[in-house]
Amino acid sequence: MLSRVANCVYWLGRYLERSENYSRFIDVNFNLMVDLPPNVKEQWEPLIRATGDYNLYISNYDSFNRETAIYFLAFDEKNPNSLFSSVSKARENARVVRENLTKESWEKLNEIYLFVREGADNKIWEKEDCSQFFKDVKYGIQLLYGIAENSVARTDGWYFIHLGQYLERADKTSRILDVKYHILLPSAEEVGSPLDFLQWTALLKSVSGFNFYRRYYGKIEPVNIVELLVLNKYFPRSVFFCLTNAEICLRTISGTNGNGYSNTAEKTLGALQSRLEYQDVNDVISSGLHEYLDSLQIKLNNISDAIHDNFFKLNQNFTNQNNLQE
Amino acid sequence: MFVNHYDSESHYDEMFAADGSCREHYLPFLEMIKNIPIEKLKQLQFTTDKAQMAMGMTFNVYHDKQGIEKILHLDIIPRIINAREWKNIEDGLKQRIYALNLFIQDIYNEQKILKDRILPRELIESCPGFLKQCSGLTPPKGIWCHITGTDLVRDKNGEFYVLEDNLRCPSGVSYQLESREIIKRVFPNLLSKLGVAPVSNYPSRLLNMLQYLSDKKKPVVGVLTPGVYNSAYFEHSYLALSMGVELVMGQDLVANNNRVYMQTTSGLQQIDVLYRRIDDTFLDPLAFNPQSLLGIPGIFAAYKSGNIALANAPGTGVADDKAIYAYVPKIIRYYLDEEPVLRNVPTYICSEKEDCDYVLAHLDELVVKETNAAGGYGMMIGPRATTDERNTFEGLIKSNPRNYIAQPMLSLSTVPTLVDTHLEPRHVDLRPYVLYGDGIEVIPGAFTRVALKRGSLIVNSSQGGGSKDTWVLQQ
Repeated sequence: MLSRVANCVYWLGRYLERSENYSRFIDVNFNLMVDLPPNVKEQWEPLIRATGDYNLYISNYDSFNRETAIYFLAFDEKNPNSLFSSVSKARENARVVRENLTKESWEKLNEIYLFVREGADNKIWEKEDCSQFFKDVKYGIQLLYGIAENSVARTDGWYFIHLGQYLERADKTSRILDVKYHILLPSAEEVGSPLDFLQWTALLKSVSGFNFYRRYYGKIEPVNIVELLVLNKYFPRSVFFCLTNAEICLRTISGTNGNGYSNTAEKTLGALQSRLEYQDVNDVISSGLHEYLDSLQIKLNNISDAIHDNFFKLNQNFTNQNNLQE
Repeated sequence: MFVNHYDSESHYDEMFAADGSCREHYLPFLEMIKNIPIEKLKQLQFTTDKAQMAMGMTFNVYHDKQGIEKILHLDIIPRIINAREWKNIEDGLKQRIYALNLFIQDIYNEQKILKDRILPRELIESCPGFLKQCSGLTPPKGIWCHITGTDLVRDKNGEFYVLEDNLRCPSGVSYQLESREIIKRVFPNLLSKLGVAPVSNYPSRLLNMLQYLSDKKKPVVGVLTPGVYNSAYFEHSYLALSMGVELVMGQDLVANNNRVYMQTTSGLQQIDVLYRRIDDTFLDPLAFNPQSLLGIPGIFAAYKSGNIALANAPGTGVADDKAIYAYVPKIIRYYLDEEPVLRNVPTYICSEKEDCDYVLAHLDELVVKETNAAGGYGMMIGPRATTDERNTFEGLIKSNPRNYIAQPMLSLSTVPTLVDTHLEPRHVDLRPYVLYGDGIEVIPGAFTRVALKRGSLIVNSSQGGGSKDTWVLQQ
């Protein structure tokens, strides 16, 4: 497929995943805050730190109250990663390559965009309970995935969308795990307290992993939660699961069978995937969870860059013309 | 009920005759619509707007960096054309396109028509659409104007006139096709009952025509767009999608060795036919406008070597000039030795002294147009212009007469249009599409543009026009 189109659908996959994650994060954090004991303050700062846009936030706003935080995460056009920005960019990418999408997928995505825009017009962040709005966005995107699952042909375009989606999800899972690192408990004695439990539960719910965790691990233990989110083989939002599937997409695109790699994107991705495959959760904890996640996110960025260099980069065809202009 | 109060004023109305009776080919439609309460009609109109928005059937307004997306208002009352009148339009367009194609081929090659002094040489040489780079060139299969969207209007007397030929990159066909899909749902059953000719196979006809231009067995075809901020982007992607071909931008293509390639994730792939939707002078900075960032350096050389077909061929603009337009009846007689089936609007050419004097003396009666403008820009409607506007145009014409023509003001026909709680007459034009490949075919339908403001004659979408579905009856 055209390199420019591949680039667009890759980012379409990323922005859709980002939109869905943001809706999920806001919804879960909102519910967590509703559950807090009366003497505990709402905490939105950790979520904003986890998204990586903390500096942008503090340069524009001075308090971490709920309304401002939700506005920033969901509707702020100045925030390039807000739900509205991501949905707009997903739609813009889709519009540019519309001829490559099925009619149903395009129309559903367009509908989600119009819905979010309407939410912005209605100032959803000022509502007492805005949770339904974010649930609707989340279901809208999941419906879009469902439509695509049964109508999109498995050609390169499909694999580029999913490559973007899995890499984005790996990044977002690592970030949501990092939220817990930033969340403050009122005192050290609270570790293992009902409040601590509430926070870990919220984290699991924000990745739809609570029920699976209960069945697979049982008791809420931080170390097991880290294992679920980073190394688990079966959980579709674990970093390892995402990397494994991203690798399948990449190999299908380049037609590489068996061992080794055929380009630098496969090499970087494959190296990270194998590393996680043979890692123990204690290795993760002992290197410091926050530091571990930080370095993971940098590696994910490197993979994305390698994909860009291998598949999307266009030869400049304007060289002659620049000469003419002189 | 509400149709009783319809007043078609003094114009030719497509549905009602001057005595208020319904024209025969509209009768079944009238029978159906008069039983629909107005609230229901308004509801149908509302769902139509909604459907367009949901489909993302939008166009971008020009001169606007942000590329604001708007929908083109689609009025639910169709414009219906009977089989007899359609046959006349069809014959006339085939004749006209055939002659214009011969004209373009002649102009870039032997120039017999200039040697025989049918057309003044200065007029051609001063025409911005005349590209000297195309001299001596014969495009694949000898076809220049593959896709045409001719603008027709109907005057008071009920006659159709050709207003403009649009031989470069006519747009609007996607609205014609999508509008039909929407209107089908508004009036189910009625279309088959009336025997309305289907238009949905346009994309496959277009693809056949494009493939015909290449000698390869399975040529690779693409649609070339300037990008997502172009006002007709929806159409470009719609056509690529419905033909199942790549939608490409200049940046996707490279020319090498007189061949043109697409840059794909698995390397370069040669492209054989390009339906280009960018102006010909932007196609190639090496051959034409060196400032163009939209084009592909070297594509024109590849085209001249016969390694890629371009539709429409660069250079067709010469026949699309409004001053050349005045000569089309002569062109038809010269090449075909036939009388034109469709009339031309009488046209005064300001570069000719006698005409120019007449125009300047009658600015308050005439419509003045720039010879090379489109989209309803660069024109003045004399009877409706202010004294200031007339003075401005007087100055413009005097300083550059070649740039202007003038025509008497036609009274465009009207079609009932839903306005608030009743139907009112609104002026319309008609743009049928013609494909020239292995033969010439006229698509039995059209893009009918409607001026939504009461009394307005400007139907351009960029200036507050809307559209109507056009039903061509098969018998």
